[in-house]
Amino acid sequence: MKLSSRPLSNSPGDAATKKRQWVKPALIGGVFVYLALFLYIPTLNVFATAFGDGIIPFLHTLTEPDFVHAAKLTLLAALIAVPLNTIFGLCAAWAIARHKFPGRALLLSILDLPFSVSPVVAGLMLVLLYGRNGWFGPLLQNLNIQVIFAFPGIVLATMFITLPFVAREVIPALEEAGFDQDEAAKTLGANEWQTFWRVTVPTIRWSLLYGVILTNARAMGEFGAVAVVSGNLVGRTQTLALFVEEAYKQYQTRAAFAAAVVLTFLALITLVLKEILERKTRIKDVE
Amino acid sequence: MAVSSSTGKKSIWQFPLSQLTQSSWPWRFTWAYLTLMLFLPIAAVVLRASTIGPIEFWRIATSPIALSTYDVTFVTALITAAINGVAGLVIAWVLVRYDFPFKRILDATIDLPFALPTAVAGLTIATVYSNNGWIGSLLTPLGIKVSFTRLGVGVAMLFISLPFVVRTVQPVLQEMESEVEEAAWCLGASEWKTFWRVVLPPLLPAILTGVALGFSRAVGEYGSIVLVAGNIPFQDLIAPVLVFQRLEQYDYVGATVIGTVLLAISLVVLLFINLLQAWGRRYDL
Repeated sequence: MKLSSRPLSNSPGDAATKKRQWVKPALIGGVFVYLALFLYIPTLNVFATAFGDGIIPFLHTLTEPDFVHAAKLTLLAALIAVPLNTIFGLCAAWAIARHKFPGRALLLSILDLPFSVSPVVAGLMLVLLYGRNGWFGPLLQNLNIQVIFAFPGIVLATMFITLPFVAREVIPALEEAGFDQDEAAKTLGANEWQTFWRVTVPTIRWSLLYGVILTNARAMGEFGAVAVVSGNLVGRTQTLALFVEEAYKQYQTRAAFAAAVVLTFLALITLVLKEILERKTRIKDVE
Repeated sequence: MAVSSSTGKKSIWQFPLSQLTQSSWPWRFTWAYLTLMLFLPIAAVVLRASTIGPIEFWRIATSPIALSTYDVTFVTALITAAINGVAGLVIAWVLVRYDFPFKRILDATIDLPFALPTAVAGLTIATVYSNNGWIGSLLTPLGIKVSFTRLGVGVAMLFISLPFVVRTVQPVLQEMESEVEEAAWCLGASEWKTFWRVVLPPLLPAILTGVALGFSRAVGEYGSIVLVAGNIPFQDLIAPVLVFQRLEQYDYVGATVIGTVLLAISLVVLLFINLLQAWGRRYDL
């Protein structure tokens, strides 16, 4: 792996080593400049602007009723969407990893669709289904249930956007682990549920946790799909991400950046947890 | 499995059907959930689009404003995906082959655009690259305007699609033996030739997969761009924002047509990515 292990004795090698001495710092420097321009400076800017006037205005924003409501709504939507998608992800992974069936590859690509489709199109789909002129519009109106421009729409949009994360993380882990232990457990008399809970889940727990964390981060930060279906009513259907945009557009820069800091913390916590989980799985690999 | 004994022979389409009706409850739950959450919404858009009629569909899909948004969306996404293809390869190379201070932190923070909500990304890029922002104020004297222009759209797309190439190339590069490279080296191949003939070919499927993933994410991106761009038609208006504007005006037909075009592009790119990954597996032995 180390560059020093390269042949140094012959002259072309020597020339190349000299060349490489110039290449390495240039590449590393270039990477740092690129990441600084497009990643680090913008992220630092969030904190600098939010705390530009000191901590008091920042804390003031955090106690504003509109902000508190947006934060509550964000948490509540995630609280519903994340567990449901986790259960789905586990079931889908368990079913897909086990079964070989025609169209399996196609199903896996379709499962990825919520990743690649525009969030706005995801929102549009829900409007065409549950909106006033949608397929279920008349039915929902008769039942007096409002989905679009209301909380259920936000939850549905969040669920759609975060649909594949858990399944995508767990399927490869399950495939890698194989099913020998499951079979053994079954032979020893364990029922389906026992096998699943005592054998399958422990083997995939880190990838499962990773999938849940990703789902949660995306669920709390989702903007496009939620913007379409929520109607963005302040204090009613406004999530934190929508609060950021609305405040920015109203020239309440401080408020926008204060909410952005909260969301950035969420992202940073996600990264730290992800790093910890990756180390755990690496330790497991070594064992 | 039990079906095969009763019917003797099963056709391809019968097989999933029997799975659906006779399998365990996780299998049934998966299909029910997928139908409700994924297939039904897709069907809603596709069927709504098909009621318009092909001539009307084509007229709206190729109206001048729609064409200009495709230009801004797809061309900008393609350029940024290509830039991130090169940058991502370099970043992955540096992370795998070199040791330097802060390497772990660099590695961990590459994923920041995945974790950071897009509204935050848009807010901060718009501020940093605005005329009096940290970076924008340095560019303004040079006559370069980023925020509220197409260039801003590009910067936002660069930000959100940054990790894709790095994360697809990194594992492949990690597994690649540097001995092969050294062998080429010892046999007298030049630096450039070694890279071009030995290092690049096995990495190519991974790079292209990353580029395609980044492109598809950039094409669909809404949150950051709506904040960075001026959203002015024929200048920096992207297709997802056009869909949003059509919906705001209760023009469901217009929104559905542009939305269907975007959906179709996503599907094509997904298919392309799967083919690329199958191609990449050729190198696994």
